[in-house]
Amino acid sequence: MKAFEYASPRTEAEIVDLLSAEPGKTEILAGGTDLVGLMKKMIVTPDRVVNIMDVPTLRSIDELPDGSVSIGAAVTLDDVLAHPYIDIYPAIKQAIRGISSMQLQAQGTLGGEVCQRPRCWFYRNGDGLLSPDVAEGANEFHAILGNSGPAKFVNSSRIAPALIALDAQLRVVGPEEDEQFVPVAAFFRSPHREGQREHVLEPNQFVSHILLPPIEGRTCATYEVRHGEGPDYPLAAAAAALQFDGFGIVRDANVVLGQVAPMPWISQEAADVLRGRKVDEALAETAGQAAVSRATPLSQNEFKVQLAKVAVKRAILLAAGYETGGF
Amino acid sequence: MAVYSWPSREATAVIGKEYDRLDGLAKVTGAAKYTYDVNLKNQLVAVALGCPHAHCKITKLDVAAAEKTPGVVAVHIFEHAAVGSEVQWQGELLAVVAAESEAAARAGVDTIKLEFEELDVFTEDENLDAAEKAERTGKGGGKTELEREPGDDDDEDEFIEQEIARLFKASKYVVEGYYGIDAITHCCLEPHGSTVEWKDGKLVAYLSTQNVSGTDEGFARDLKLTSDDVEVKCDYIGGGFGSKFAPDYWAVAAAKISKETGRPVKFLLSRDQELKIAGNRPSGYMRVRLGADENGVLTIWDSHHWGTAGYKGGGVSQTVMPYVIRPKNYRRIATTIKSNTAQSRAWRAPNHPQACAMSQTAIDDVAAKMGANSYDVFAANLRAGNVDSQHPDAANTYLAEMARGAALIDWKANWHAHGKGKSRGSIVDGLGMALHTWGGTANNSDCRLKISPDGGVESFCGSQDLGTGTRTVIAQVLAETFGLGIRDVRVNVGSSKYPASGASGGSTTVGGVSESHRRAGQDALEKIFELAAKELGAAANSLEAVGGKVRVKGTDKAISWKKACTLLGLKPLEVTASYKRGDQSTLSSSGVCGVQMAHVEVDKETGVIKVKKFVAVQDQGLVINPKTCKSQIYGAMIMGIAAALYERRITDPKSGAFVNAELADYKLARLGDVGDLVVDLYEPESERSRGVIGNGEPPAISPKAAIANAVANALGVRVPVIPLTPKRVLDALAKA
Repeated sequence: MKAFEYASPRTEAEIVDLLSAEPGKTEILAGGTDLVGLMKKMIVTPDRVVNIMDVPTLRSIDELPDGSVSIGAAVTLDDVLAHPYIDIYPAIKQAIRGISSMQLQAQGTLGGEVCQRPRCWFYRNGDGLLSPDVAEGANEFHAILGNSGPAKFVNSSRIAPALIALDAQLRVVGPEEDEQFVPVAAFFRSPHREGQREHVLEPNQFVSHILLPPIEGRTCATYEVRHGEGPDYPLAAAAAALQFDGFGIVRDANVVLGQVAPMPWISQEAADVLRGRKVDEALAETAGQAAVSRATPLSQNEFKVQLAKVAVKRAILLAAGYETGGF
Repeated sequence: MAVYSWPSREATAVIGKEYDRLDGLAKVTGAAKYTYDVNLKNQLVAVALGCPHAHCKITKLDVAAAEKTPGVVAVHIFEHAAVGSEVQWQGELLAVVAAESEAAARAGVDTIKLEFEELDVFTEDENLDAAEKAERTGKGGGKTELEREPGDDDDEDEFIEQEIARLFKASKYVVEGYYGIDAITHCCLEPHGSTVEWKDGKLVAYLSTQNVSGTDEGFARDLKLTSDDVEVKCDYIGGGFGSKFAPDYWAVAAAKISKETGRPVKFLLSRDQELKIAGNRPSGYMRVRLGADENGVLTIWDSHHWGTAGYKGGGVSQTVMPYVIRPKNYRRIATTIKSNTAQSRAWRAPNHPQACAMSQTAIDDVAAKMGANSYDVFAANLRAGNVDSQHPDAANTYLAEMARGAALIDWKANWHAHGKGKSRGSIVDGLGMALHTWGGTANNSDCRLKISPDGGVESFCGSQDLGTGTRTVIAQVLAETFGLGIRDVRVNVGSSKYPASGASGGSTTVGGVSESHRRAGQDALEKIFELAAKELGAAANSLEAVGGKVRVKGTDKAISWKKACTLLGLKPLEVTASYKRGDQSTLSSSGVCGVQMAHVEVDKETGVIKVKKFVAVQDQGLVINPKTCKSQIYGAMIMGIAAALYERRITDPKSGAFVNAELADYKLARLGDVGDLVVDLYEPESERSRGVIGNGEPPAISPKAAIANAVANALGVRVPVIPLTPKRVLDALAKA
């Protein structure tokens, strides 16, 4: 680990002051379950680490006047899981439970989870985020969608697909006194050159809150295909949020895949299959098929197409209140 | 001299009883100091630069900037990393930087200027054609055994071909298959390494080792000392599994840097270095054709397997093929492959897990082809004498253990023909079994025993406790011998200054230390009895030590143990004992069987496998402590589940990089993945009377084959290569 300066501000304004405009110079510590490992391996080498865990405004879960729920970026995953306001968003709770790690859930935060860096082993072994070796290399766990550009890693966030499915927004603060609300759906991007981040934040901006809109009768679920029960990342995942009319017909749907593309992958195709129809296993299967219809697997990961399809199918069934099958 | 023996089952007070580990509390409270926990005053911390490429020639290695890095005290370039040297695997250490702190050492490593010429890389050990094309193959030996012999006029090679063809033609069933198992690493939670210091020209090495008594020589040889000048200490070790028998060049480097700087040096490998260079198990892949009669009894086996043990070639020995179930007619051939990966080290039962995984899966496929119950096919082969095992009464023992295992897993009720079970949605279930064998001969072991006039009993032995309960077992042996409780004796292991004891490898420790300590105990007791005899007015041979007393057998006439020891006078009684491996003894022997049965569920849509229940029936002669004995088996089963379903070394096909050399990416079984584990110790009098036999290895052999067979039973399709990942399951289903 490179020696670094450590700052532990108490206010959002102080955080902004401590962040450098220059990429890579400062990093935000929001739990550290990812950052510390990256620093130990010298994959990131900030001059200053800004701990946001001691900023009280980032540590609470509140209901806003419009019925939205605001979750501070530094709220731990266990606190999110335990909070009654989140009960109406099972997709989020299911995603957190899937992490299956007391340590990661107790120490990790919602903001940190959303902003975590890809698990891609080329990246973690120091070959960069866009290593040209991935296309014909050990790419079993890499992207099967959205992988025609230089980025072939998968976005690792387990909660982002649910947040996108629920139309959540992020409150982004900085530079200086700027404040803006960014839909989670517009937060991620697929980098085109080395050094670009996987999201749209500038180096001197940070995520302060995650805002969940009122549920308004929607149902939602996350389904992850996991190799084992431990804290390993899923092989494929999907979140679905469904709005039904009074007769069991899907009026609107959001389907978002995780662990399959450099960004959480919004499947318009799957949503189109669902709209105007009654959910049953056959429809969910068709939606799953539609979600992977444009998949372009790499040399070693064709199996992920099947897993992504199953994840979508089961997330839809779970959101609709049916048995999903599987374990 | 005493006749060394164990008391009968009925007469034991301590042996055969369950005891918690003596060091359990120290371990769970963190009081136990592992090598990684040893920090000496004024120590330097060393960090090494590993080679980033899997095969290259070093053209420049400039450490000038490292030497000038603040906090750096010494930099050492390894001989094998000199300019012009060829490095054959990724991660090989090139240079080491010792500094005031780990951070300073890492900063120093970061400044080292390394340049190299990339050379051709080969790590595709499963691909025999590619290995041949790359000229990476070598002969791994082979053997042909046929009941019929060629006539005087026959050409031998031609006869063999004709006879094998004839046997296949006469077989009722013929199975042709492909099976394999990837390389895995030892993945020790505590990486290899040491903290060393020099005191008055002598080296003290706190080494994470399975070989306390044997590693002093290794240091001495490389540092031009005598073994007397080296003390190796290891109180607690965080995993070895066969990979920690030597000091390794990095511990020797630590000693050199320590000498040069006059300061203690702490040097343990980083996690990725641990996985890349500090031990792996060879891969094995096999094409086989086998024939069987109408009962599934094998009539002919014809196999060719290949794999790699690293850059020198090597692989799974052909001598163990086919494994345990072996027909009278067979031909086996092995090809070795040179891969740009670190050379393998002994891994819990070298060769056996792979041989079992490759061959007992093929045997299970005979049952699948016949539509028969796998249990019956295994049993028929045992009854027909198709068995190769180190146990002297193997067939009967396997059959007895199979019956117990079948009852525990409810084989009859849960069995269905391969692929013919009921499905619950996309979930199907299946049963599988496998057999194994191992030696477990007692290793050399010397010990010194001190009985103090105040009744204190203390032993000293240069063995080590790998976490398996060696301290506790020794205490039980001594407590039983002297009629005391296990906390009445003080056991010392973990220093090369104690009487030498063998390395803990090959399931040899429990036998060795039981031999030496029982012998020393009986010798000491004989002397105490001689003294007590006068006091009690009875013959020495009429005495016994029970319940803290020395007593005249069959009477109430007794003196306390403490009182008996006061008869020693002022000086303690010191006794040494020695056991040499191979000495005939009633206290220990070798050769075990073992049966494992798995009940699994598979999700056909995702390829994910879950172990529902896993049963191990294991014989190991006389069991000293059933609790630690069972723990050893639970551990082996969990390790086996990991190897069956999750773990493997993944290399990048182009660069040869070991891409998952981190615990985040190197998948292992977690608590939720192991299902219901059931251990049954098979210890009828016929086993108990054989004496102590080690069980470290045997239960780690069968899990892979048992689970793979259960998956094949569930799916009706063989997933050929282990670990059985979702990708492989889906690929196999797609091909079927």
